[in-house]
Amino acid sequence: MSNQQAPQQEPQHFAFDEISEAAARKAIAPYPEGREISAVKTLLDIAQRQMARTTGSAWLPRAAMDMVAARLGVAPIRIYEIATFYTMFNTKPVGKYHLQVCTTTPCWLRGSDDIVQACKNTAGIGHFGETSADGLFTLTEVECLGACVNAPMMQINDDYYEDLDGARTQALLNDLKAGKPLPPAGSTTGRKASAPASGQTTLLPANDPAE
Amino acid sequence: MLKDSDRIYQNLYGQQDWRLPAARARGDWDGTKDIIARGRDALIEEMKTSGMRGRGGAGFPTGMKWSFMPKQSDGRPSYLVINADESEPGTAKDRDIMRHEPQKLIEGALIASFAMGANAAYIYIRGEYYNEAQRLQAAIDEAYEAGLLGKNAADSGWDFDLFLHRGAGAYICGEESALLESLEGKKGMPRMKPPFPAAMGLYGCPTTVNNVETIAGVPTIMRRGAAWFSGLGRPKNAGTKIFCISGHVNNPCNVEEELGIPLKDLIEKHAGGVRGGWENLLAVIPGGASMPVLNKEMCDTQLMDFDSLAAVKSGMGSGAIIVMDKSTDVVKAIWRLSKFFKHESCGQCTPCREGTGWMMRMMDRIVQNKASLADIALLEQVTTQVAGHTICAFGEASSWPIQGMMRAFGPLVRSRATDYQPPQNVAQAAE
Repeated sequence: MSNQQAPQQEPQHFAFDEISEAAARKAIAPYPEGREISAVKTLLDIAQRQMARTTGSAWLPRAAMDMVAARLGVAPIRIYEIATFYTMFNTKPVGKYHLQVCTTTPCWLRGSDDIVQACKNTAGIGHFGETSADGLFTLTEVECLGACVNAPMMQINDDYYEDLDGARTQALLNDLKAGKPLPPAGSTTGRKASAPASGQTTLLPANDPAE
Repeated sequence: MLKDSDRIYQNLYGQQDWRLPAARARGDWDGTKDIIARGRDALIEEMKTSGMRGRGGAGFPTGMKWSFMPKQSDGRPSYLVINADESEPGTAKDRDIMRHEPQKLIEGALIASFAMGANAAYIYIRGEYYNEAQRLQAAIDEAYEAGLLGKNAADSGWDFDLFLHRGAGAYICGEESALLESLEGKKGMPRMKPPFPAAMGLYGCPTTVNNVETIAGVPTIMRRGAAWFSGLGRPKNAGTKIFCISGHVNNPCNVEEELGIPLKDLIEKHAGGVRGGWENLLAVIPGGASMPVLNKEMCDTQLMDFDSLAAVKSGMGSGAIIVMDKSTDVVKAIWRLSKFFKHESCGQCTPCREGTGWMMRMMDRIVQNKASLADIALLEQVTTQVAGHTICAFGEASSWPIQGMMRAFGPLVRSRATDYQPPQNVAQAAE
């Protein structure tokens, strides 16, 4: 994973705001005394969310990692190695909408290449890892996100958009460009969760005459 | 076909409400106090008799796993850790349990924890499942408010706390010891075994790690009895399982069925059949990305259970069925899995760290018709140097898809060979 940082945008100071502080206290509570570092991923997540809230870009500047290190009483390197090991921490700025397209085999079989192409064309992005000129979109290729029966799919920020095709991807991104909020997560065809698109084959009231 | 009344997950698709009152109406938390009153030994015995084998992939007998936990504490607490790091490509079943049947998981956590003498359990959910984590946390909060968790949980006399822990993006954290490392706030790098988690797991304490589907099935087994569960499926492959059918089928879906169901039935009855008909089938990966691929001839008669799939040198894994029709470049499909494993190797063991990248690059050359017969033979040989030479099973997971491809599609792969000579003296470092 690339860990290049954009120095021109690197804030020098970072402190939890009130919302983050409340979340952080809650995050540490489930772990035994002396094991507070168990909450490290949650604290980094809280910091990343604060960046998204305050700057529009969900990423972790060095100052935020250092703050988490100080809070947990460990050397900063312990935090850097966590932040670079786990893929959900962005060590450089991302667009307002982080388009994470799954291209692993189950999604690839169902046409994830079309989704990638639609993202590139609509967002104006040439390659994975790039951010569009307007700062709205970053396109990332991700590995299996665990929604394979609703492939192809992508994650935008926290939400999964499933059963995609090129046209629906384009429409979704165009709506975001027009300033509309993210639509509700889930299937983009109106399909019910992981049930067969043509209708359920099980769990039907009429299925069990013997009972 | 399995009767609807024998399905554990009555709300698999979220047709009904997920909240506590609706879950109770479906039978969750019915007589939990009485189940716990049977005592630890009786519960472990019931699990053993049920024949339940772990639903995460390895298929280890659950009751036996539970019995490894210390009967008497030496002063250290015991823990149950529930593996909800669902990341095996093709697998999307625990997600449905957590968002549509969360109370089954929560009740199962209480019963299993009591049976193992644990007063606390952690659910490790993959970080990308943000909405599922929100849902599950809301369900846990409901259970606390109703007195089903916490002090004297469900009026059972047992104190029990259940915590949700979110991952942050790493396939390897689905390996139980990497999961424990991650839960302790470290990088998810698997541990050497022994010691096994039952002796020294989370925070150095006795720990059992079970999959979501394993734990969520426990309350129903306890209520309906081990004989009911073991009466479903096939000998030594008891019970029901959620299968995830993805890829080139007309209606990809999740469905709960009996173990031992013919693969063809599963695909035709529930997933609307292979795109273009059964004769258009090329290959099936029967158990998630790390399980060896089957060709059509094997699929014609294949039964879906642990032992039937092991008999053809594949495996049921997590129950994820990835279907490919004849339009598929199967080498490219497997190459994409090699790329997955290369991306997800934790980097701890050299054979895996270097081998996954090497295997991916060689697979890429076959895809591009830039590999010779000798290269293909070398690839096959290198897979045997990765599998079995790493701390965790990732070496096998990354090698098996290629070995399976060679077994099921050897002539096809070799037909891609050319006399291409790669440029000499070009060092290619692992990224």
